[in-house]
Parts: sequence; C-alpha cells; structure tokens
Amino acid sequence: MAHTVAAELELESHEAAADDRVMFGFWVYLMTDLLMFAVLFAVYAVLHGNTAGGPAGNELFSKPLALTETLLLLTSSFTCGLGMIAARRGNKAQVLSWFMVTFLLGLTFLGLELREFSQLIHEGHTLSSSAFLSSFFVLVGTHGLHITSGLLWMGTTLVFVKKRGLNRHMVRKLSLLSLFWHFLDIVWIFIFTVVYLMAFV
Amino acid sequence: MPKKEKKNSLLKILGLILLGLIILGFTIKTFLHGHNVALFNPKGMIAHEQLRLMLLTAGILLAAALPVVAVLYFTAWKYRESNKKAKHEPDSRHGWLLNAVIWLIPGIIAIILSLIMWPATHRLAPQKPIAADAKPMTIQVVSMRWKWLFIYPEQKIATVNYVQLPANIPVQFELTADDAPMSSFWIPNLSGMLYTMTGHSNHLNIIADTLGDYPGRSGEINGAGFAGMQFTARVSTAADFKSWAEGVRMLDTPLDTTTYDTLLKPSENNAQASYSSVEDGLYDTILMKYMNAGGHDHTGHDNAEHGAHHE
Amino acid sequence: MKEFLIGRLTRHALPHEWFTIGGTAAFVLMAVFVIAILTWTKRWRWLWNEWLTSVDPKKIGIMYFLVAGFMLVRGGLDAIMMWLQQAISVDGAHGYLTADHFQQIFTAHGNIMVFFVAMGFIFGLINYIVPLQIGARDLASPFLNTLGFWLYVAGVIMVNLFFVLGGEYAATGWLAIAPLSGIDFSPGVGVDYWIWSLQISGIGTTLGGINFIMTILKMRAPGMTLWKMPMFTWGSLCSMVMAVMVFPLLTATLFLLFFDRYFGAHFFTALGGGDPMMYTNLIWMWGHPEVYILVLPAFGVFAEVVTTFSRKRIASYTSCVLAMIGVSVFALSVWLHHFFTMGAGANVNAFFGVMTMVIAVPTSVLFLVWVATMHKGRIRFDTPMLWFLGFVAVFTIGGLAGVVLAVPPADFQLHNSLFLVAHFHSNVIGGVLFGIFAGITYWFPKITGFKLNERIGRYAFWCWIVGFCMSFIPMYILGFMGATRRLDHYESSTGYQPFYVLMLIGGIIIAIGVALQIVQVIASIIQKKRDTTGDPWDGRTLEWASASAPPFYNFSSIPQVTSRDAFWEMKQQGLPAKKYEDIHMPTNTASGIYIAAFAFLAGFAFVWHINWLVVVSIIGIIAVAIARTFNEHTEYTITAKEVKKIEEDRQAKVSAYRTKDNRPDMGLWEFIMVVLKFFLDAVRSKRWRTR
Repeated sequence: MAHTVAAELELESHEAAADDRVMFGFWVYLMTDLLMFAVLFAVYAVLHGNTAGGPAGNELFSKPLALTETLLLLTSSFTCGLGMIAARRGNKAQVLSWFMVTFLLGLTFLGLELREFSQLIHEGHTLSSSAFLSSFFVLVGTHGLHITSGLLWMGTTLVFVKKRGLNRHMVRKLSLLSLFWHFLDIVWIFIFTVVYLMAFV
Repeated sequence: MPKKEKKNSLLKILGLILLGLIILGFTIKTFLHGHNVALFNPKGMIAHEQLRLMLLTAGILLAAALPVVAVLYFTAWKYRESNKKAKHEPDSRHGWLLNAVIWLIPGIIAIILSLIMWPATHRLAPQKPIAADAKPMTIQVVSMRWKWLFIYPEQKIATVNYVQLPANIPVQFELTADDAPMSSFWIPNLSGMLYTMTGHSNHLNIIADTLGDYPGRSGEINGAGFAGMQFTARVSTAADFKSWAEGVRMLDTPLDTTTYDTLLKPSENNAQASYSSVEDGLYDTILMKYMNAGGHDHTGHDNAEHGAHHE
Repeated sequence: MKEFLIGRLTRHALPHEWFTIGGTAAFVLMAVFVIAILTWTKRWRWLWNEWLTSVDPKKIGIMYFLVAGFMLVRGGLDAIMMWLQQAISVDGAHGYLTADHFQQIFTAHGNIMVFFVAMGFIFGLINYIVPLQIGARDLASPFLNTLGFWLYVAGVIMVNLFFVLGGEYAATGWLAIAPLSGIDFSPGVGVDYWIWSLQISGIGTTLGGINFIMTILKMRAPGMTLWKMPMFTWGSLCSMVMAVMVFPLLTATLFLLFFDRYFGAHFFTALGGGDPMMYTNLIWMWGHPEVYILVLPAFGVFAEVVTTFSRKRIASYTSCVLAMIGVSVFALSVWLHHFFTMGAGANVNAFFGVMTMVIAVPTSVLFLVWVATMHKGRIRFDTPMLWFLGFVAVFTIGGLAGVVLAVPPADFQLHNSLFLVAHFHSNVIGGVLFGIFAGITYWFPKITGFKLNERIGRYAFWCWIVGFCMSFIPMYILGFMGATRRLDHYESSTGYQPFYVLMLIGGIIIAIGVALQIVQVIASIIQKKRDTTGDPWDGRTLEWASASAPPFYNFSSIPQVTSRDAFWEMKQQGLPAKKYEDIHMPTNTASGIYIAAFAFLAGFAFVWHINWLVVVSIIGIIAVAIARTFNEHTEYTITAKEVKKIEEDRQAKVSAYRTKDNRPDMGLWEFIMVVLKFFLDAVRSKRWRTR
C-alpha cells in the first residue's frame, strides 16, 4: 500500500487537531475538579469554627510543616516546568531526570502530609471528632489523593517514556500531566492560605 | 384528507377538550364542596395576605400568558398547511423591533412582579413581629419523631399535638426540633410554614382572627411516621385561653425529665396531651444540646440524657 | 473472617418480602429471556462487537434510548403504585404499602425519572444528533463516550440492586436531605445505594459533558461558526456547560454525605458541629441547574421542530440563542427558592425570588420567538408538531405555577404541597418529556431508516394529554387544600380522596399512552415504510444531509457550511457532488465496560463495607485506565476507495426499495391482528415441535 505524502500530511493534521481537542478537554476537566475543590473550601469555611469543644487549627497545625510542604510543591512545579521544556526539545534524558526530581519532591510532600495526619489521629483528633476536623481532613486529604494520583500517573508515564521514547503521544501525556501538577500546586496555595495560615489569624 | 373533514376534526378536538375541561371543573367543584380548602380559607391576617399575594401574582401572570398561548394556537391554526389563503413567507427576516418587543414584554412583567414581591416579602417575613393593639405572646414548638410539643413559657404549661391560641393576639412561635430530622411547622389556615431544625430557633409570627379548630402538620418529610404527624390549632377567645391555661395548670401532669425523655422516643399517632408544669428554660436547654454538642456519635436520644443532666 | 470477606452482607439481605421477591423474580425472568434469545439466535459475539464495545455515538445513543425507555416503565410503575396507595389509604385503611415502603417508592421514582430516564434520553439524543448536526463523524473522545454510557448503566444497576440485596432503598425523598439521610435517622443500606447510584452515573454525566463541549466547540464542519449552529446543538451546548459546572458540586456533596455515613464525619450531622442546612444549600445548587440541564436540549428540539414543520426559518436566531444562554446563566443563581421556608431573612428570600422571576424572562422569549416563527409559515401537524403544541399548554401551566411559587410568602403556603409537585411535573413532563418524544418522533426516520407510525402516535399523544390533565389538575387543587406531598395516608375529613382517585385514573390513561408509544414503534418496525431520501421532513439542518440511517462515518465527506440552516442552503444551491476522502475512525473498546464494572463493584463494596473489594476495584479502575490511555493504537483508517464502495453498495440497496411508500399507517386494530397472526403462526409452525 502506497503511503502518499498527502495522506501522511492529512494524518498529521488530523492528529494535531486531536491533540488540541484533548488539551482543551483536559482544561475543562480541571475546571470541574476545581469546582469540586471549591465546594470543599466552602464547606471548610462554614465548618472550621465548629470544633465541638475540641481544639482548633491554631492548636493542631504546625506552621513550619505547612511552609515546608508548600516549598516542596512549589519547587516540584518548577522542576516539572523544566521537564516540560526538555520534552518540547525532545531531550529524553532530561525529561526523565527532571520528572524524577518532581516525583521525589511530590513523594516527600505526600510523606510529610501522611505523617501529619497519622500524628493527629494518634492524638485522638480524627475525622469524626468534630465538623472542623471532618472538613480539614477531607479538604486536605482530597488534595493528597490527587497528589497520589498525580504521582502514580507520573511514575507510569516515566516508565513508558523510558520504554517508548519521547514520541508525540508521550509529549502530549507529559503536557497534560504537568497541567495537572501545576493545578494541584495552585490548589495547595489556597489550602496553605485558607487552612494553615488563617488558623493563626 | 379533504378540507372539510379536517376542519370538522379540528372543531371536534376543540369541542372535546372544552367539554372535558368543563366536566373536570364540575367534578372538582363537587369534590370541594364542604371541605376546608385551607389556602382559600384564611383565618388570620398572615394567611389573608399570602392568599391576596398569590391571587395577584396569578392574575398578572394569567393576564400576560393566556393571550400569548391563545395567539400561539390561533397562529398554528391560521397558518396550517391546508389554509391556502394564509401567506407563506419562509425567509422573512424580523428586525430589531421584534427582538425588542419579545424581551421587553416579559421583562416588564418580571419587573412589575418583582416590585410587588420585594416589599411583600419583607412585610410578610415570618420573623417580623405583627403590629397589633394586644400584647404579643410566645409559644415554643419542638418537633419530635413524630409529634409536636408546644411549650407556653408565659403560662408555664405544655401540650402535645394540639396548640391553643387566643384570637386577635399576635403569637410568636419559636420553632426547633429535638432528636428529629428537619420538619416544618404548618397551620395552612393561619400562615405558611417554617422549618424546625435541631440547634436552630426559627421565629414564625401569626395572628388568628376567627375562632375554630384548624389542622396543622409538618410539610417536610421526616421519617416513617411523617404522615401521622398532625396537630390541631385551637383558636379561642383570649378569656377562654386564660381559663384553659388555668385548667391545665391544675392537672397533675408535670413535664419532668423522665416524661420528656419518654416523649422523645420515636412514636406515632400520639394522643393529644396537656402538661401542667414545665421546667424553666426547657426550650433553651433543648437548643443548647445541639449548640454545645460534644464530639459523640451517639444517636440523638443518648445525648438527650446528656443534655438534661448537664443542667 | 466472614465480616472481612463480605462486609455487612448477611443472609437477611437476600429477598424475603413480597416486593423484593417480586422485583428480583422480574429481573431474573427478563435476564433469562434476553439470554435465551441471544443464545438461540447465536448473537453473543455480534452483541459484544457491534453494540456493547462500540464507540459509535449513534449506537451509544440508541443504547441510551433503550435503557432510558426501560427505566421509564420502571419509574412509571412506581408512579402507579403511589397513585394506587394514595387512592385507597384513608382513615383506618393503610393501603397496601407501609409508610416506609411508600417513601422508598417516591424516592426511587424521583431518582429514576431525573437521572436515568430524562438524562438517558437527553444523552441519547445529543449523542446521535449533535455530531450529525455539526458535520462531525464522532465525538471528541469516543472512549469517554462509551465510559460515560457504561457508568450510567452501572448507576441503573445500582439503583435496582436493592431488590436483590438489601431490600431497601432510601426513604428520604429524591434528594435525601440531611439529617434524615444521615446514619442516625437512616441506618440501613438504602441511602448508601442512593449515594452510589447517583455518584457513579453523575461522574459519567460530567465526563459526557466535557466530551460534548469539546465536540461542539472543536469539531464543527468548516464554515460553521458558533453563530451558525443549529438550535438543538445550542441547547445541548448550554446544557452541557451547566452540567460540567454543577455535577462536580453533586460529586463533592455525595462524597461528604458518604463520609458522614461511612466514617462518622460531621459535615451534615445534627451533633458534632455539623450543619444540615449546608447540605440543603449544596444539593440544590446542583439540583436546580439540573432541571435546566434537562430542559434546554428539549427547547432545542422544539426550536428545530417548529422551524421544520412551519417551513420557515426561525424568527430571531439571536434572541433564541441569547435566551438559551440567559436561562443557563440565571439557572445558577436561583437555588434558594427551593427552601424559602428554611428561615432565611427577607432580603435573602426576596433576592432569590427576584432572580427566579428573571429566569422566566428568557423562557418567555423562547415562546414568543416560536410564535413569531409560526406566523406566516405553512404548518404541518405531524406528531412532532403535536408534541410541541401539547408542550405549550402543559409547560405554560407549570411555568405560571412556578412564578407563583417564586414569591416567597406564597411559597410559605405552597412549599412541599401537591401544588409544587404538580408544578414541577408539568414542567418536566411538558418540557423535558414531551421534548424527548418530539425529538424521537422527529428523528426516528433518520435513526432507523423508516417512518414512524403517525396514527398510533396520535392516539398516544392524546392519551398523554388527557391523562396528564386528569392526573395533575386535581393535584394543583389538592395543593390549595393544604395537602402535603409524600403522604402515605390521610383522613377522609380532608376531602382529598376523590382527587387521588381522579389522579389514579389519569395515571392509568398515561400508562395506556406509554403502551401505545411502544406499540407505535413496533408497528413501524413491522411496516417498514422506508425513507429513501434521508430527508423525510424537508429538513433544514445538516443531519438530514446524511442517509437514513447514516453510515458509521456519518458523512462520506464533511460538508462546507456557509450559513445557518446549512442543509436548507445546500438544497437551494444544489447539493454538492459526492467526494471521497480517507476517513479515520476510532476502534471499538471494552475499556469503558471494564472501568464501569469496577466502579460498580467499588460502589457496591462501599455500600456493604467490603473493604478488600474497594481496594481491588480501585486498582482495577486504575489498571484499565492506564492500559487504555497508554494505548496509542486507537484509530484505524478507511481509504477513499473503500468509502466509495460502501456508498455505492448502499445506493444499490436503497434503489431496491420503493421510492414513495404511500401505504397508509397501520391502525391499532390492524396491529393487534398482525401480532395475533404472528403468534398463531408460531404456534402452528412445526419448527419447535418435537417429533
């Protein structure tokens, strides 16, 4: 079967159009995810004062911890960006290394958050202790679940990049992933402000 | 189908519709005879005003909508395919005038209705005390599963599943719930409803102007016993109300903690009851139970014991 | 050990009451019937390859119709059960249903009708028609499309599963208001089934919404700007934009309720600092836009029907589109009118009352545009137009009732009364359901290739109108009498009973109407009056440019669009010559089925607290998702030569049919005779008799 140049060009433009659609669709998905977070923020805003006689945020949260987590995520967003630049340049080795760093930073963030949660639970401050704690755990926990999914996504993608190389499909995947990662970073900034900083106001 | 047959069938359809509606109308009228069409049978100022507002709104809307619907059906009939006399302009372009008219007319009606609605909503806000010559009184309402407790703080008595009111005296109902989902307190002959919720105290101001017994119920589903959760509102003269209150005080049926806890347990179709004495601030105690709630996960009636003992 | 394996499932969860046994038996019988037919006709492979794993939006659309139609009957049976109970449970007689059972029935009825009937039909229509209307071959993401459908099916199964396991559904009303839906007041599995059937299908809806938006915004035919799109596409776009904005709110709220029930959280509990009022706010922030999500595509259908059957262009395209957008925008600002009686201050109530008035304005504009469209048209009264005319009366009644309800002091008397119930049924039946019926009868020739029986369709239409009036006009009256909704019994002194009896009779007439609609479809299939042109109504929009039924690639070459009513324009200028080009089509995939199956298992595991199954299901979802998204070979190409052959074969087949099928429509009596003859022949035939 003869592949004409015209047919190949046509396939190119067809696939480029598909990529454009997928990127756009992913933005729409991110907006829906943001709306879901908006509900959780609204719920936190309404309920954070309902401590049922128990401790409030200023007694439970650690500012240094929150700051560390923020710096970790911010840095990971930066390295993710560097990874994307490498991806557009077609530099497979750099993609792998920058995204590995991003992965490790994200993993550390997750570890710190899990440690914070387990400490709170160990001290008897659980999701069922009060409305304040319910809304705290669900808001921050949902973000943590998203980070986990992002890490899973990142790990899988890196494995496939290593195997298949940096083809068009992989670059598209990495763009979507980096969009997701930056989005999670932005949501974290809000969490840092609304949950951790405002607890001490 | 030949033209004559089609015209006949259209008239037949219209005739049948009209006949059907007339029969339905008569049937409904017969069914309504002798019954309490509560919303059209207001026995207090608030219900009167609410009915007036409903009729005014409905009147304006019908005046606006019925001509449009009639024009629509008439247009459909006039420009039917078989009517060769009607003009057919398939590509006619309508200018800015049509657009202006079709937005303005509904817009103006919406503005008129809003201008009526805004002050009416303020005037008829349930929380707004009613201005009258007589001194207002308070009755506290606690909705439970599945009965109504009425506390008369000024008379220091309580009743279950019936409420006694004096006519022509503004009554402020304070509404809450205990160990129950959201319900709503509703005496349709006297006023619209308002939710009763644990940990919240809603205020509903009513004034009755006609003596009689009126049905009351919850408008909000609250569990299996929902349908049976009814009460009677008994409107009597102020003098009769006073003597009724004195009569209840002379009974030997105090609403103490044990009695209250028994009452709080889920039960349906409770008989009407009167209690000769009520502990001071019972209503506030009930409210506080939910505002100072501990982080327990017990079902409500466990905490009822907690709450009562905290006093 | 047992608790680890099967969580809170016990033998008691198996059917042991008359209705659970009956329901289970019915499902088993239906399943046996389907399996028997598939096995006898050796169609398993065909079913899997041609339908279940298909990503063709036309096939997915038809599957949506079938499931939604089935659920319409299921939800309708709920309605008849309710009418029957209310007609007889007076004074001492408590009817044939316990209060709790009755409450489960109306909860299920509401959920089924909104989520699985209305959404199902709407998604079916959008799937089938929008790509054809905009000149696309498929949706933007065929995978998301099949995934969305199967998530919807998972929700359908979940909402019916309680018959087989658990024996109870939520008894809280269709939105399960807290704290009634909390674990304290609803300790059984009913509310959990409620949560997960809505959660799973809701996520499917969000994905579908994203998909439709991507498609409409990015895949229109060249030359079709937004301002040249057909009305149904506009209605669908507005609806889907609202869907992606508000379904995430539902997702979050359902998760929060789930956390309350499963983990003992305190979001909506009465104690522990929870705030049940917040649940009411959140659920209605989703709930109100939801009804506009349902009705906007229906408005789109009516706009198409009015223009086509008036043989005239729409009187004001701009106003029509702006009105649809206006409805969408304002739909997001009225939610509090569902709980004026919760005790907000006068300013808050008045604000939301005014916003509700505002939303009536664009709706009225639409009506006025349609009147102006009919003016100086040449109107045919085929069934789709009849449904439009029925819609006008029924929807107007509901709309006027709605504006009365929008006045807070009036609402204080009418909230949760049967007046309210009559209002929203008038709007949902008159608007959404009649719109669906109009759409299905309008596009039936396109979808199946033959015309729908008009005669029986008329009978069905009138049954619906008469039945509706008999059922819902008494309901408005009952509202004035102070009758609350959801009552399972009442006193005879209230005088309600005669009205309930009227309503039951009306309901039976509606049921006859539905039966006639099913008969209508079967009769049409029997007669097969073929539409050979692809354009039976002399249509105006692009879907009529394809064949009836369209080939799987929709158009052999994507048309170039130069104006609104693109097909009408093409017909005036002369249809373009046939061109053939290479076509890229997506391959079928079973990933949607697998992910939905795992999602169903996860929901099931949550309901029964089977934690290991939760973990396994989530891993399953992730595994299939990874396998699918890292699969780079999801398309195949058909060469222009192959397309030409397909088209020419089709042409040959079509010319074999008679060009003008003027046979009169089969009447009801004739239908009964045909069916009887079929069964008598089958009995007499020797094929199944053993020797």
